[in-house]
Amino acid sequence: MLQRDYTTSQLDVLEAEAIHIMREVAAEFERPCLLFSGGKDSIVMLRIAEKAFWPAPIPFPLMHVDTGHNFPEVIEFRDRRVEELGARLVVASVQDSIDAGRVVEETGRRASRNRLQTTTLLDAIEEHEFDAVFGGARRDEEKARAKERVFSFRDDFGQWDPKNQRPELWNLYNAKIRKGEHIRVFPLSNWTELDIWDYIRREGIEIPSIYFAHTRKVFERDGMLLADNPWITRGDDEPVFEAVVRYRTVGDATCTGAVQSSAATVEEIIEEIAATRITERGATRADDRASEAAMEDRKREGYF
Amino acid sequence: MDILRFATAGSVDDGKSTLIGRLLFDSKAIFEDQLEAVERTSRDRGTEYTDLSLLTDGLRAEREQGITIDVAYRYFATPRRKFIIADTPGHIQYTRNMVTGASTADLAIILIDARKGVLEQSRRHAFLTTLLRVPHLVLAVNKMDLVDYSEERFEEIREEFTAFASKLNAPDLTFIPISALLGDNVVSRSENMPWYNGSSLLHHLENVHIASDRNLVDVRFPVQYVIRPQRATDPALHDYRGYAGQVAGGVLKPGDEVMHLPSGLSTRIASIDTYDGPVEEAFPPMSVTLRLEDDIDISRGDMICRPNNQPHAAQELEAMVCWMTDASKLGPRTKLTIKHTTRTARALVRDLHYRLDVNTLHRDEGAQSLGLNEIGRVSLRVTQPLFVDDYARNRLTGGFILVDEFTNNTVGAGMIVDAR
Repeated sequence: MLQRDYTTSQLDVLEAEAIHIMREVAAEFERPCLLFSGGKDSIVMLRIAEKAFWPAPIPFPLMHVDTGHNFPEVIEFRDRRVEELGARLVVASVQDSIDAGRVVEETGRRASRNRLQTTTLLDAIEEHEFDAVFGGARRDEEKARAKERVFSFRDDFGQWDPKNQRPELWNLYNAKIRKGEHIRVFPLSNWTELDIWDYIRREGIEIPSIYFAHTRKVFERDGMLLADNPWITRGDDEPVFEAVVRYRTVGDATCTGAVQSSAATVEEIIEEIAATRITERGATRADDRASEAAMEDRKREGYF
Repeated sequence: MDILRFATAGSVDDGKSTLIGRLLFDSKAIFEDQLEAVERTSRDRGTEYTDLSLLTDGLRAEREQGITIDVAYRYFATPRRKFIIADTPGHIQYTRNMVTGASTADLAIILIDARKGVLEQSRRHAFLTTLLRVPHLVLAVNKMDLVDYSEERFEEIREEFTAFASKLNAPDLTFIPISALLGDNVVSRSENMPWYNGSSLLHHLENVHIASDRNLVDVRFPVQYVIRPQRATDPALHDYRGYAGQVAGGVLKPGDEVMHLPSGLSTRIASIDTYDGPVEEAFPPMSVTLRLEDDIDISRGDMICRPNNQPHAAQELEAMVCWMTDASKLGPRTKLTIKHTTRTARALVRDLHYRLDVNTLHRDEGAQSLGLNEIGRVSLRVTQPLFVDDYARNRLTGGFILVDEFTNNTVGAGMIVDAR
């Protein structure tokens, strides 16, 4: 008799692991929510959530931490996707946090609402009493993330203590917390940027148009191309020009850079990423450039 | 393309970071901006060479102290395979991190400095790897360039280690002479060691057969979540009742006769559902949803198996336990929460039979407790039956974690022995 080969492809292994993690959360927590920004990682995470509970609807709400500095294409996509799923969307607004005096808007050329999001996020978690929050972060993104657990414990200040993390063995996740504490859950921990794109291609998942090459008015800062928009203070030494660009990541419009690219399809994006020599955050995120430990510091405070 | 998860054990002195750096670099998994950042930091510190350990030591405290504290996960791919590296620190005070990294590994690489030979820590790493039942072990004898690529030296080390490994019940064991610094036998075969006829390290990683390492014999399906849509708008789904979970062992097919535990009732699999449609079979590590022909009261924590091949329903457990906290000790009468597959119960330590010296394998039968990083043989009583197999037979139905009832921290990892 011919021996059947039980080799499982890398995307099937990653998907099965992520589904297992999502079901574990739905079974063990009372009030989970899923962070959905309209970016590619959260889009993949949302598809996994659909798969994990099918044919039942996703048993938790989605949450978007909205800096107010958005790409309109992404917000339009977000709202359409939420409607298709019949899901509940909680929008936590940084503008509301500013208006309520919880945070103070940064000023100057490099003003960004990136850091302010942490307060808005933690306030929303507290207000809605969320005890588990799914995030789309991956360990290959950044070196502080490479050390983070799938179930990442946060104390009642929302803080992460990288030196005091719970050991994580086999596929057993410790969901025990006290009231006021929560767990950040990262079902895509073991995915790479290329895995995300391979999965988007395989599943035929729709993504916002800004991921594909388009003509946009941009200016150059620190070797990155930033979109000219009303929320960014541009110097006279930073002239605007038109370029054919696409986005590798989707974040706050004031600190997310575009890359020059002619990739107009998912296949072309995969080819481009397979050949690229710069990480996605290195290429496109001003927020990580502040210092070598910029991500670790923000994460300790409760950032995504 | 499939995935190989491997753990690396060794210290910076053994050239572990250099080896990982080389695998990542040669497979183009290190990017220019990452390399620039590492070069900049190396320069700032006055290091003459590019310190590749800075790539994996991601936390501020690690960079400040120049040590690896925690397990770091790294990713690279070749056209044949995707690789997940669990990079674990080698020192004895980080035994718990190595246990963590090894728990999911298909393969472990233990680095040995060719000049120093088999050290106490090499034996410890080999022991932990076999305790955690990592199916494939690679002894990478590094720094061969510093012993003139000597075949004799390599054979000496191979013999010494083989003799030790025979005591461990070591699995598939492969020896590869390398120079991580110069690249000999890392990605391609070295011309400096014509006497070596085996594969390069990367070739071995790409080709080692892992699909049959999973248990495909004993059907084990821990029920994780019950799916009941009950959507008023869709009456077709009104009676839908699916049992979701990740297959922990065996191959399940529609029509198979299965047994539910704890009830002991038998039924058949009506269908194996996924979002992408029903499937003809399910095996590890697939996450699927089973529908059964008969209505049985089934909830999370229950187990589905075959009537003629059941796990042990046990309330008394024998296990090797690795203790993972310095905040408390494990000893007789310690009460803990135990999580095994999808079932959580309370556990009481009845007895500590012995504490194992992880360097010499000596059993200290007079030990009163286990402290941080210590491993011992323990008897536990649990408040409700767990459906267990020997860890040696199935890592997923034989492994469990222990959680402190006051701090909620994960404080122990257990591997079941002598299940009955």
